[in-house]
Amino acid sequence: MSIFQQSKPVGDPLLNPQKTHARRREATLVRRLAVRLPLLASAAVLLFFVLAAIAPNLLAPFDPLAINPAQAFSAPGAGHLLGTDESGRDIYSRIIHGARPSLLIGAAATAIGLGLALVLGTIAGFGGRWLDFGVARILEVLFALPGLLLALVFIALAGPGVATTVIAVGLTSAPGYARIIRAQIIALRTSPMVEAATVLGRSRSRILTAHILPNALAPITVLATLGLGQAILWAAALSFLGLGAPPPAPEWGTMLSAGRTYLSLAWWMTFFPGLAIVLVAAASTVLSRSLKSGGGQ
Amino acid sequence: MSTSTATATPTRSPGFPWSTVRWLLGKLGGGIFVLWAVATAIFFGIRMIPGDPAEAIMGGPGSQASAEALAAARAQYGLDQPLYVQYFGQLWRLATGDMGTSYALKTPVAEVLGELIPPTLILAVLALLVAWAMALLLAVLSTRSGGLGTALGSGLEIVSAAVPHFWLASVLILVFSTMLGWLPPVSTNTPAGLVLPVITLALPLAGFLGQVMRDTMLEAQRSAFALSARARGESEVGVLLRHSLRHAALPAIALSGWAFGSLLSGAVVVESIFARPGLGRSLLAAVTSRDIPMVTGVALLSAAAYVVIMAGSELAERIADPRIGPS
Repeated sequence: MSIFQQSKPVGDPLLNPQKTHARRREATLVRRLAVRLPLLASAAVLLFFVLAAIAPNLLAPFDPLAINPAQAFSAPGAGHLLGTDESGRDIYSRIIHGARPSLLIGAAATAIGLGLALVLGTIAGFGGRWLDFGVARILEVLFALPGLLLALVFIALAGPGVATTVIAVGLTSAPGYARIIRAQIIALRTSPMVEAATVLGRSRSRILTAHILPNALAPITVLATLGLGQAILWAAALSFLGLGAPPPAPEWGTMLSAGRTYLSLAWWMTFFPGLAIVLVAAASTVLSRSLKSGGGQ
Repeated sequence: MSTSTATATPTRSPGFPWSTVRWLLGKLGGGIFVLWAVATAIFFGIRMIPGDPAEAIMGGPGSQASAEALAAARAQYGLDQPLYVQYFGQLWRLATGDMGTSYALKTPVAEVLGELIPPTLILAVLALLVAWAMALLLAVLSTRSGGLGTALGSGLEIVSAAVPHFWLASVLILVFSTMLGWLPPVSTNTPAGLVLPVITLALPLAGFLGQVMRDTMLEAQRSAFALSARARGESEVGVLLRHSLRHAALPAIALSGWAFGSLLSGAVVVESIFARPGLGRSLLAAVTSRDIPMVTGVALLSAAAYVVIMAGSELAERIADPRIGPS
């Protein structure tokens, strides 16, 4: 159907050029806004949580750890916006205070994953045939333990905790990044720009640091934006499974895990921390997609 | 894999399919390498990190086991022998199918795994089928009605990228068990108990697969071969079913490895939440109690499954795509 479809008639501009023009401009404005709405919403969500991470006391009305048994299991309402948990702690304040550990864990894991991937990808893409072969075998092994599995095996060896969670999540994301970075570096290595530098007699290390790595950086930024959301998800999953930050901490995955016990009694304990995770992950996905397509049309 | 180039021989003699044999041998070698690497990494990993494996055998650092008990455990599990003896002994046992005894359960790992595979396999296969059906429906819908399908598609894509299994499961339990009371929050092997876990696993998978299938399908609908099929008088449904769908299946098959990872990770979370026996839940228990033989067993099993699935998907791609050619 689509290939035979005619473009829609836009009215006759000769009859009433002014009106059509104005209407068309209005239509494109509305459409532009509609296209940008998810992007704007995502930016707002991320900004909110970054602010929460930097200055939680600005946004949170209560102490995230203050116990108030008389107020335990309060439903969301006027006093406590998103309700309270089993010890009467304010869920909204805990989510706000949870932004810092949750975002930091995500950022640190992404940094570890990308750093490892940059090393592996550069060695594979620039180090010659045998190194490429060796790295490819390493990646194959890492890929064979997909998703949470690699992280779980690592935690089984190193023991649970926040630091191991960060490394485990970084390790999980590294092979995917490494493959993309390797392809990027190979594409750059065979580009006319690098050929010219080679002809001019530049050394290999100079070509790598002055030409290849700076140009590989832009796609890595897109990867990092997408990766941040995913890293927060994975870290929260590990916390949820009881392998990350220990319970009283206002970390989103840990809060969810604690709320699980009271799911039928106090749904807000599980629902809202999860919503925070979903919002951040969705926002980072939308943002990275618009970065990839070149700044949202 | 580099071995796939071996099939590019132009002379396709009707005799013995040597290229297939070479391809299979390559896959087998790659698979054995991966298993060896996983076993080796875990073996040396556990010995590089501070902490006594004997303590884990006796029930973790909290158990306050006596020095004699620790020494006895070390001797029983061969931990007092030189490293290279332990290493090659371990490799030999693994090669002969002996995965050791679980520290926590005190039963052979192979036996435990044998019991755990069926429930997880049922869960994963059902989820995969549901996800494929949903993805197909999504892809077909979005080629039919432009705006709505596109919106639905990108919405589901965000869902699949951003909604974690653990939250989805909690929300589903909340709505369908606590509020509506339709389905049990604990999963037994009854059909009703399987519904929520399967949906939890299938939904994110379907969003991702559907997105990829939709893109390929739209491309196929606009392609020259679809035009020529229409010119031959093929109906729109016929073009969709006979040509575009086959096209759309390709990237979805190529994503099998990813799908396996998603299902396995999901199984860990879902089996824990729905209190369902299976590989994922036992892996989590083994990780928590640092039951290394058990962790090694699950890791090797899933690595082997991954290798087989990747080879299988390559084979399926060759069958679905005549341009690659039958192997």
